[in-house]
Amino acid sequence: MQRQYVIAGISGVALVGVMLGGCNPLQPEEDTLTIYSGRGEDLIGPLIQQAEEDLGFNIEVRYGDTAELATTIMEEGENSPADLFFGQDAGALGALKQEGRTVTIPSEILNKVDSRFRDEDGQWMGITGRSRVVAYNENQVDEDELPDSVWDLTSEEYRGRVGWAPTNGSFQAFVTAMRLVEGDERTKQWLEDMNANDPQVYSNNTTTVEAIGRGEVDMGLVNNYYLFRFLADDPDFPVQHHYTRGDAASMVNIAGVSVLDTADDTSQAFEFINYLVSEESQTFFAAETKEYPLIPGMEPPADQLELDEIDPPEIDLGNLEDLEGTLSLLQEAGVL
Amino acid sequence: MFLLLIASITALGMILPPVYLVLRATQSGVDEFLSILTRSRTLETIFNTLSMVAGITLLAVLVAVPLAFLTTRTDLPGKRFWLVATTLPLAIPTYVGSFALLAFAGPRGSVLQIILEPLGVDRLPSVYGWFGVVIVIGLLTYPYIMLTVRAALLGMNPSLEEAARSLGYSQRQTFFRITFPQLKPAIASGSLLVALYSIQDFGTPAMLRFDSFTRVIFTQYRAAFDRTLAAALALVLMLLVMGILLLEFKLRRAGATYYTTSSGAMKPPTIIPLGRWKWVALLFVSLIVFLTLVIPVGVILFWLFRSTLFGGVGYTSFQAVPLWEIVWNSIYAAGLGALVATIFAIPIAILSVRFRNRFTTILERCSYIGFGTPGIVIALALVFFGSSYAQFIYQEMPMLVFAYLVLFLPQAVGTIRGSLLQVNPSLEESAHSLGRNSWQTFREITLPLVRPGIISGAMLIFLTAMKELPATLILAPIGFKTLATQIWQATAEDAAFATAAEASLLILMISSVSTWIILSQEKKAS
Repeated sequence: MQRQYVIAGISGVALVGVMLGGCNPLQPEEDTLTIYSGRGEDLIGPLIQQAEEDLGFNIEVRYGDTAELATTIMEEGENSPADLFFGQDAGALGALKQEGRTVTIPSEILNKVDSRFRDEDGQWMGITGRSRVVAYNENQVDEDELPDSVWDLTSEEYRGRVGWAPTNGSFQAFVTAMRLVEGDERTKQWLEDMNANDPQVYSNNTTTVEAIGRGEVDMGLVNNYYLFRFLADDPDFPVQHHYTRGDAASMVNIAGVSVLDTADDTSQAFEFINYLVSEESQTFFAAETKEYPLIPGMEPPADQLELDEIDPPEIDLGNLEDLEGTLSLLQEAGVL
Repeated sequence: MFLLLIASITALGMILPPVYLVLRATQSGVDEFLSILTRSRTLETIFNTLSMVAGITLLAVLVAVPLAFLTTRTDLPGKRFWLVATTLPLAIPTYVGSFALLAFAGPRGSVLQIILEPLGVDRLPSVYGWFGVVIVIGLLTYPYIMLTVRAALLGMNPSLEEAARSLGYSQRQTFFRITFPQLKPAIASGSLLVALYSIQDFGTPAMLRFDSFTRVIFTQYRAAFDRTLAAALALVLMLLVMGILLLEFKLRRAGATYYTTSSGAMKPPTIIPLGRWKWVALLFVSLIVFLTLVIPVGVILFWLFRSTLFGGVGYTSFQAVPLWEIVWNSIYAAGLGALVATIFAIPIAILSVRFRNRFTTILERCSYIGFGTPGIVIALALVFFGSSYAQFIYQEMPMLVFAYLVLFLPQAVGTIRGSLLQVNPSLEESAHSLGRNSWQTFREITLPLVRPGIISGAMLIFLTAMKELPATLILAPIGFKTLATQIWQATAEDAAFATAAEASLLILMISSVSTWIILSQEKKAS
């Protein structure tokens, strides 16, 4: 009997505690910049800490999935606590722009990055670039077997040997690029031919690279920076990168930021963006996340090709209508 | 009054997601929606989902019922150990489970293939697709059935069985004619949890390439940022869930399940000596534990020590928050969720059993909808309402607990209901006639008798809440990290496997300790 009272007591205290905890006003303190980040804490956490110190205001970050956080901002509407969105895909930034949820970034900040990597209306801008590569298992693929272009992959030689991740945002961005460069007709044909060539489906870049390392699949279409995480754990991880050049498989996507219309203090947000495109931050990205700095005159990340050498196709990265088109094209081709 | 408050909060939680979905879905063009819906591919996906659910449920029943029986009614050596070990798979995130299957039995480069390589096995048959999904989800969710069946076995009055035995039934006849029929409601309610869990799971189908409906919904959100179409699809999924709920309800009614014990005095059930069968039984439980626990833990340890093994520098991830705080957050959030949801579940279970009418039945049935809906849908529904109408708790602890309530309530409703069905209402009636008021009767008669159900329910919620992801990411207070978000973060973009391994191990450790404590409590009480 007594134990029941104790349990009831504890429950009561816990409930009251929860309620009191909930009475904190939602509005964050004046001096805090609230970021919704689709980029991992692991990648940008150290930079955020440094920024807090250098810029002199608090930064709070909600980490999550890029698309889910963008959708959350849309659902929150004018009550969103977020001031700034840091997504790892231009499509999410484009979606927020189309919802009318972004504000214009001052041109002196925008102009620091190449015009290919920012919105033409200044609603979002890229912070780092990531290229698409062909990752392959060096024990199972000879160098002369590697494809010269993404179009080769539909041939018999590559049947069942190529891994891809059609539900993944970065793969879909690559398909969008292909549509813009080659047209819908040809892209659909490529998707259908690939699909008939027994591609191995993975859920994302990490699982694809992992499977290549185990030898389950010979090669795969992935982003440029995953391999280095595996190499840090296992220097003999048997995977290497190969670049096709001048075609859609070599597209460069961005991770970038938007300032939201719900920002309490846009000047803080702009200050933070300016910080991200400083030479120090860009060097940090190249060294730590192995992504491409987007301000001119910087070295590419170690062991990777220069952007100009890759010769990426020129496309509007944030065009949302293109994304929907890509999704239906993938569905029509039977890939999704 | 109290009941009314609880019922209305719960009803609110259940109504929000469908209302939200209807609001969103009606924004999309009807044509677009219909064209997606009638695509042959969509129908194929629905069929896929149903066949997956059927396979998973069957596998889970086949594993769970013998385990429950062995750990409660036989002289199996080390019962408590096996009980804890066979409960733990619930705490393994499906992502880790899927990875474990691939690492162990993937077509190439997996442990099994490397072992078989000298025999000329270059490539194993594929584990991807229906088969793999059924194995992984079935083996990670069977504890739902095991724990409900176990609670039923513990609450069952042994005198019926004794009577059957004394009337000349053999051990086997007693089981199939007396014990098993009494377990049907528990099996059904456990299976319902398994079925709904598998419908809304995203991680496993995504990793093991199986086109389930939830995967289609996620793709719609993630690829096209399309809230309206995703909502329309989620609504279809919700109808599917309601179909399953109706089916279980019909089955339950057809089974005419009112089994009551004749006395409130709990006598320990007879323990059946296994004799020669002991070794078979041990082999069976060992096999299950090997598949569901040893293999995943092996993979986790491999991640943890990979850099040491291969002489790498190790990719250690940045941590702004100390680990102990993350551990505490996990225990705190999941514990609070379990506590609150169980408190809410008790009245619903009692209402649906003791005051059975159309309203209470609907209330009880509807409590399952949240559990069968993809977490991201529930999370977004709560974002929509919370940010506009409950700003004072939005993205604060109560909001997260409310989300856990909506998501996990039925886990406790089911187990408590199962226990309550075995309690003869005449016990409560006699307490009343002896001058006890309703509250006293509840506290002194009903509560002690349904204890096993309450304990199982709370434990189920605790274990599942600890690995919950989408709602925790979006609705927790900003900066509030849990072990589950840590695992997700480490595997999603960062590929920081050592960090993921560390967090997975901690989840398992917390789960085993808490399971152990709860089970000891149970023992003390009986």
